[in-house]
Amino acid sequence: MSVLAATGGAVAPVVADFSQDTWWVWVLKAVGIVAFLLTSVLIAIWFERRVVARMQVRPGPNVHGPFGLLQSLADAMKLLVKEDVTVRAADKLVYVLAPMIAVFCSLLTLAVIPFGPEVSIFGVLTPLQLTDFPVAVLYILACASVGVYGIVLGGWASNSTYPLLGGVRSTAQVISYELAMGLSLVSVFIMSGSMSTSQIVDAQRPVWWLLPLLPAFVLYVVSMVGETNRLPFDLPEAEGELVGGYTTEYSSMKFAWFFLAEYINMLNVSAVATTLFLGGWRAPWPLSLVGDGVLNTGWWPVLWFLAKVWGFMFLFVWIRGSVLRFRYDQFMKLGWKVLIPVALVWVVCVAVVQGLRQFVDVDLRTLLFGIAGVFAVVFVVALVWPDAKRPQPPRRRGPQVVDPFADGYPVPPLPGQALPPSPRRARAMAAAPAAGPSGQRAADRSADHPADRPTDESPTQEVSP
Amino acid sequence: MSALAAAPVLGSAPVLTALAETLTETGRTTTGEAVLFWVIAPVMVVAALGLLFARKAVHAALSVVLVMISLAFLYVAQDAVFLGIVQVVVYTGAVMMLFLFVLMLVGVDASDTLVETIRGQRWIGWLAGVGLGAVLVGVVGGTVYAPATGLAEANADSNPVGVARLVFGEYVFAFEVVGALLVTAALGALVLTHHERLLPRRGQRERADARVKAGATLTPPPAPGVYAQRNAMDVPALDPQGRPLEHSVSRVLRARGQAADAPPVLPAADADEGSRR
Repeated sequence: MSVLAATGGAVAPVVADFSQDTWWVWVLKAVGIVAFLLTSVLIAIWFERRVVARMQVRPGPNVHGPFGLLQSLADAMKLLVKEDVTVRAADKLVYVLAPMIAVFCSLLTLAVIPFGPEVSIFGVLTPLQLTDFPVAVLYILACASVGVYGIVLGGWASNSTYPLLGGVRSTAQVISYELAMGLSLVSVFIMSGSMSTSQIVDAQRPVWWLLPLLPAFVLYVVSMVGETNRLPFDLPEAEGELVGGYTTEYSSMKFAWFFLAEYINMLNVSAVATTLFLGGWRAPWPLSLVGDGVLNTGWWPVLWFLAKVWGFMFLFVWIRGSVLRFRYDQFMKLGWKVLIPVALVWVVCVAVVQGLRQFVDVDLRTLLFGIAGVFAVVFVVALVWPDAKRPQPPRRRGPQVVDPFADGYPVPPLPGQALPPSPRRARAMAAAPAAGPSGQRAADRSADHPADRPTDESPTQEVSP
Repeated sequence: MSALAAAPVLGSAPVLTALAETLTETGRTTTGEAVLFWVIAPVMVVAALGLLFARKAVHAALSVVLVMISLAFLYVAQDAVFLGIVQVVVYTGAVMMLFLFVLMLVGVDASDTLVETIRGQRWIGWLAGVGLGAVLVGVVGGTVYAPATGLAEANADSNPVGVARLVFGEYVFAFEVVGALLVTAALGALVLTHHERLLPRRGQRERADARVKAGATLTPPPAPGVYAQRNAMDVPALDPQGRPLEHSVSRVLRARGQAADAPPVLPAADADEGSRR
């Protein structure tokens, strides 16, 4: 983005003021971001394993270092010294290029995320943000969409069935979930009046967008899990179905790069969600009142920002620990038939409200009361509106007799259902007066050996007396 | 999106330089911009040639991606930030991804055949290409540029706002027409690919019900070697009565005659079972 800074003739109207930045401030910030991401990934892997272990009532990594903190470092070292296999049938260039694309693009996103307000770094007043420009959030989307090429190309270049399936799934996934993601972000753009991250954070001074834009937030959270290929949406990887998906033929550092990219992407989308919906670096409510907002100045905001980001990371782990992987068709259905329509309707609603505020002289309170009134009227009308007459099945008296073998497999009766009288019991009853206790024994024995039952007998289950 | 539709037209280098010269305030490019251009332009030209001459379809698609991203760099360098980044999001992220989705199914070893499937296809292609080139040269050559207002003024209220004013103000009719065209095309695609369902859909649930009804085995088939003396692949599993289950061994091994005969273990139980029967 130095290109931007170097050749940007017109000053873009963003809130953050980069006018005092020098080249060493840029370098410092850029190196800081990369160092932050790499160390965070090491901690994130440890964090995930520990939290999932806690959820599954087991200790998790606890041997290397205090609390097992050095476990990810050990894993990284192991991956470094492993044999780097290049599949012979692979498309060499693309095969090597793919993990690089994935990692490189994942490193770009945090450049436009504000970590905090203006601080003084060695005497230079500068915002805690590498750069910002009027379309910063679109830039994040662009980086994410190019990053997916790493996964797709890795799957294709391996020249193997499972990776290819993983790659194909990934393309379909990115096409369907990026739409919902972009649309959910549009309402934030409309409310903030900008696509620059610093201005979006600034616009959340009165209230975080989480509250007024809750549907958009939910949409974003769902699609960000899809975007990062995490459970329950890890279909491109899907260990249970595709071995390892696009990573199957990768080993050593190339595999580690894919792994790194996945975790950096988790941090990225968490940071984006924080910036767009949770007020970015702003202190949460009771703390924001302390000392007339002193906690929103200086280096304090970095703490709030990181706390929110790690809250999202915990959410990721929590979801992974509790939800099963979607079946592919269910996943596509969710994307195209639920997320995208809901996102479209929501964008239209937000646009109408914002348009009314802007072009009609009506204050927000009246507008919200008006909307609430419309909803109340619709609700009441829906309550009193007569239901379409549906033919009611005649109510039976007494328990309903069902055939437990109706679909070929024995099903016990539900409450309110009864089984038909058992023919065997009827036979036993018939035999009992004639043969006495021995006949009853014979009936019991035939119950022990169902295979001995005559084949012409209709299969029913005996009602327990 | 009409601004986006113009993107491919700007793709050739001389047009870009001409535009760059007219658009900058002073009428000449800065040094940084010139360096950027001369670094990126050869890459773009090579990548564009790669599109024409790559043997594998995916390589051609990758060349296009490279051209698009380089083009985005040039847009951004000329203060068309919105255009540059939206181009990556829309064209690289969505459109090329759709292309790749189809191309990937072709497989890594497949390369283009040079057999014409439609007669005269090549000549029609040449004709259309030359025609397009003629139109482009005519339009670009005949264009009279108004005196430059300068980027500072054009981007006074930030670049996206400037683009929005143009798209939704001056060119709103063209924008709406393109929108209607796209909606029509999408509807057309839906109608053309729609087909009536003649039979009820058989989903997972229906298949499961049918299996139960047919009395088929509901559990997964037994794996070889289960309960047998050895758990090798060629040893049949034993059923609860200790009898070997031949179908637990791979069909291939059975056809080759490589399945081991498993002597039933638990001979006593087997004998007992036999005597009871």
